Amino acid sequence: MSEDTWIDVGAEADVPPLGSRVVRAPAGDIAVFKAADGTLFALFDRCPHKGGPLSQGIVHGHAVTCPLHNWVIGLADGAAQGADHGCTATVAVKVEAGRVLLAGAALRTGARAA
Amino acid sequence: MPERLVIVGNGMAPGRMLEHLLDKAPGRYDVTIFNAEPRVNYDRIMLSPVLSGEKDYEQIVIHGDGWYIKHGITLYKGHKIVAVDRAAKTVTSEPGETVDYDKLVIATGSVPFIIPVPGHDLPGVLSYRDLDDVNAMLLAAQSRQKAVVIGGGLLGLEAAAGLQARGMEVTVIHLMPTLMERQLDPAAGYLLQKAVEERGIRVITGANTKAILGDRRVEGVELADGTILPATLVVMAVGIRPNAGIAKEAGLAVKRGILVDDGMRTSDEDILALGECAEVGGHVYGLVAPLYEMARVAAARLAGDDSAGFVHSDTPTKLKVTGIDLFSLGDFADGDDREDIVLRDARAGVYKRVILQDNRIIGTVLFGETADATWFSDLKKKAVDISEMRDTLIFGQAYQGGSPLDPTAAVAALADDAEICGCNGVCKGTITKAIADKGLTSLADVRAHTKASASCGTCTGLVEQLMTLTLGESFKAAAAPSLCGCTELGHADVRKLIRAHRLKSVPAVMQELGWTTPNGCAKCRPALNYYLICDWPGEYRDDSRSRYINERVHANIQKDGTYSVVPRMWGGVTTPDELRAIADVADKFKIPTVKVTGGQRIDLLGVRKEDLPAVWADLGRAGMISGAAYAKGLRTVKTCVGKDWCRFGTQDSTGLGIKLEKRMWGSWTPAKVKLGVSGCPRNCAEATCKDIGVICVDSGYEIHFAGAAGLDIRGTQVLCKAASEDETIQIIAALTQLYREQGHYLERIYKWADRVGVESIRAAVVDDPDKRQALYDRFMESQKTAQVDPWAERAFQGVDAHEFAPLADFSFKEAAE
Repeated sequence: MSEDTWIDVGAEADVPPLGSRVVRAPAGDIAVFKAADGTLFALFDRCPHKGGPLSQGIVHGHAVTCPLHNWVIGLADGAAQGADHGCTATVAVKVEAGRVLLAGAALRTGARAA
Repeated sequence: MPERLVIVGNGMAPGRMLEHLLDKAPGRYDVTIFNAEPRVNYDRIMLSPVLSGEKDYEQIVIHGDGWYIKHGITLYKGHKIVAVDRAAKTVTSEPGETVDYDKLVIATGSVPFIIPVPGHDLPGVLSYRDLDDVNAMLLAAQSRQKAVVIGGGLLGLEAAAGLQARGMEVTVIHLMPTLMERQLDPAAGYLLQKAVEERGIRVITGANTKAILGDRRVEGVELADGTILPATLVVMAVGIRPNAGIAKEAGLAVKRGILVDDGMRTSDEDILALGECAEVGGHVYGLVAPLYEMARVAAARLAGDDSAGFVHSDTPTKLKVTGIDLFSLGDFADGDDREDIVLRDARAGVYKRVILQDNRIIGTVLFGETADATWFSDLKKKAVDISEMRDTLIFGQAYQGGSPLDPTAAVAALADDAEICGCNGVCKGTITKAIADKGLTSLADVRAHTKASASCGTCTGLVEQLMTLTLGESFKAAAAPSLCGCTELGHADVRKLIRAHRLKSVPAVMQELGWTTPNGCAKCRPALNYYLICDWPGEYRDDSRSRYINERVHANIQKDGTYSVVPRMWGGVTTPDELRAIADVADKFKIPTVKVTGGQRIDLLGVRKEDLPAVWADLGRAGMISGAAYAKGLRTVKTCVGKDWCRFGTQDSTGLGIKLEKRMWGSWTPAKVKLGVSGCPRNCAEATCKDIGVICVDSGYEIHFAGAAGLDIRGTQVLCKAASEDETIQIIAALTQLYREQGHYLERIYKWADRVGVESIRAAVVDDPDKRQALYDRFMESQKTAQVDPWAERAFQGVDAHEFAPLADFSFKEAAE
């Protein structure tokens, strides 16, 4: 599997607006988010603070609030907003013919960044 | 022995006069009041917010019953005076009460003018004058049908906006070519019409009413040009005239109103008149500021100060329709010796006009942007020569002399004698001095001590700015904080406006109330979702995307991303079968921890998210439902064993706890609600640190509330005592409903009680049986759609299935590579 392969993880319609779905991967869960405007984002499902599952948070604008301690994480860059510092690795995502595609590298072991 | 003072009428003017009199000459008079309306003194200017739903009647009461008792005043409610015998110095009321007086004050106010067209007396034709009119309009508005308001003046437009907010389709017909032509010039009148129409109210100007149509009740209005407007409600708001009938019959001098001198004395020296019924210096008045001035003068004269005299002054006009800002003061007719400075911003809907004569302001009309109203008024009042700032005058105070655009700078720059509160004639110096001298720290304190912003409330912002100026940042901390960073509005305002504008979805609230973010944040969305569930039961569809994760998946998230599951055990009672089912579930799903909770439940900790529906299915088949251990809603009712087993038990506390839990499960509340029922004062269920608690005693049930045992620790307060289980359940349900309707999201019952006051809660839930019943009925109505087990829906009906399954699983496949 090369760096530039894309992997079909499901139908775009199966990700609810202002919500998220989880893709299980060897390096840890990946959360696929859909903002109210329809934009898709994908990040590793771990808050940089205490590892909370971001996929379970409330999505607003292009950000998600972690359910454990209310850190707000930007969906585009994975960075904590406001006074908090930390970053979750993002995963390249695109939609083609109604299917969600994730960058293949992220689904391979060891792709997770700090 | 005190002199006998009798007052006919109990409106705002005599109320204010009494306040002054009690202050200046306490004990001098033995006071008796006759009120034709069956109620206490309330703020009539605030009827429009009551009509639109932004305020309740209780919030506009000026003097409650307690005030009259405290001051030894006899108040006859619903007693209209039918005769004044000046020779015998007595008055007689319709129910037949006759009372002697040494001094008599007539304050009978005004009566609405009714156009004598055919059909004007049909049922369904109302005026807009008192609370009875408002109540009749609210009743009519329930039909959600069509209303016609005759009269496009201040009252007519406020009535139209209120009825529209209550869901009616409203048309305003106005005789003149532009709205509010007595207070606004045509340009501002046009902008006003546009703003009113944008709210969905139809406006027909230049319209002459020919007849009101209908057989047994009103069916429509016919205009002179033949147009027929169907309507089930017609409100006539075409003006008022002084109510001088009783004075005329008593032989007092009357022209348009009851003639008085500048000391408010009528042609009989022992009789004073004030308010809208009085005519002084050729003027009759309808706005509150001059009426309060009359009250001040009358009180001074009654207290023996003959130097006090009434002086005419112009009064500004403001419209109390949320979202429409307009202000007008003084003279704005065109004239050869007058000059205008005009500023228009059509896109922003702003129009400002200042009328000058000899370089002095004689009139001001502001529409869409009224922040400088006070400054313009002050310049006019002091007849300041404005030649030096002429070029920048119209831009307002912030542009004069290079002062910064700090919001408080404008207030800071005002002179000490600049008037802040027009209704009560309170100037800046009085307010800042009261704040400093008396150590006032809250808006309520300032209102109580100075009356500033205590009437129509439009100057509240200015008063708050003065407090910030005087107290510094410490005041800002005390002001109502905004709900979150997405809005300036606080919780209370948002709740009012949701009801007033009948907003029924999260996007509608954000749109109409001007949210600054596209779809809110994790703070406001759950709050709005709760407010909408509470206000529109059965109608609003829960927005799962605005639910915190625990409420979205009906389990409690743990630090490792697993969940805990707590089945309901009514009143903390379980059975061997239930325990077996719980044990089987724990084994089957390898649930690592099983623990007993503080609320007498069993907690299964460490359940994987994808197992939740299957766990619930097994528990559900054994008869258990969700224990809502995750909900901002009813959690648990903790009980002791009660008289069935305990040698000290006085009542069946376990049975009552189970009944309470069965009645109340499923209800959503601002924050979690935990109950306790103890069978005797030894209090083994620890009911006195619960949100709501019951202590059983031999003679019945003591109902407690507002306890806490978390971050804060608080003993409960006693709400009341009840004689039966049924009464206890009804009171607790009514209390919960009041909390549901008034509480701010995440505000526990004890904090809500601190904020609104235990007395106000007791008044609604205990003292007033009608209110209690209405609260109880609303609670039960809401329960009809709330008591659905969310676990069963998800375990057996596939609700929200996507929540519990991954979109795709590559962990195994990739790992095997």
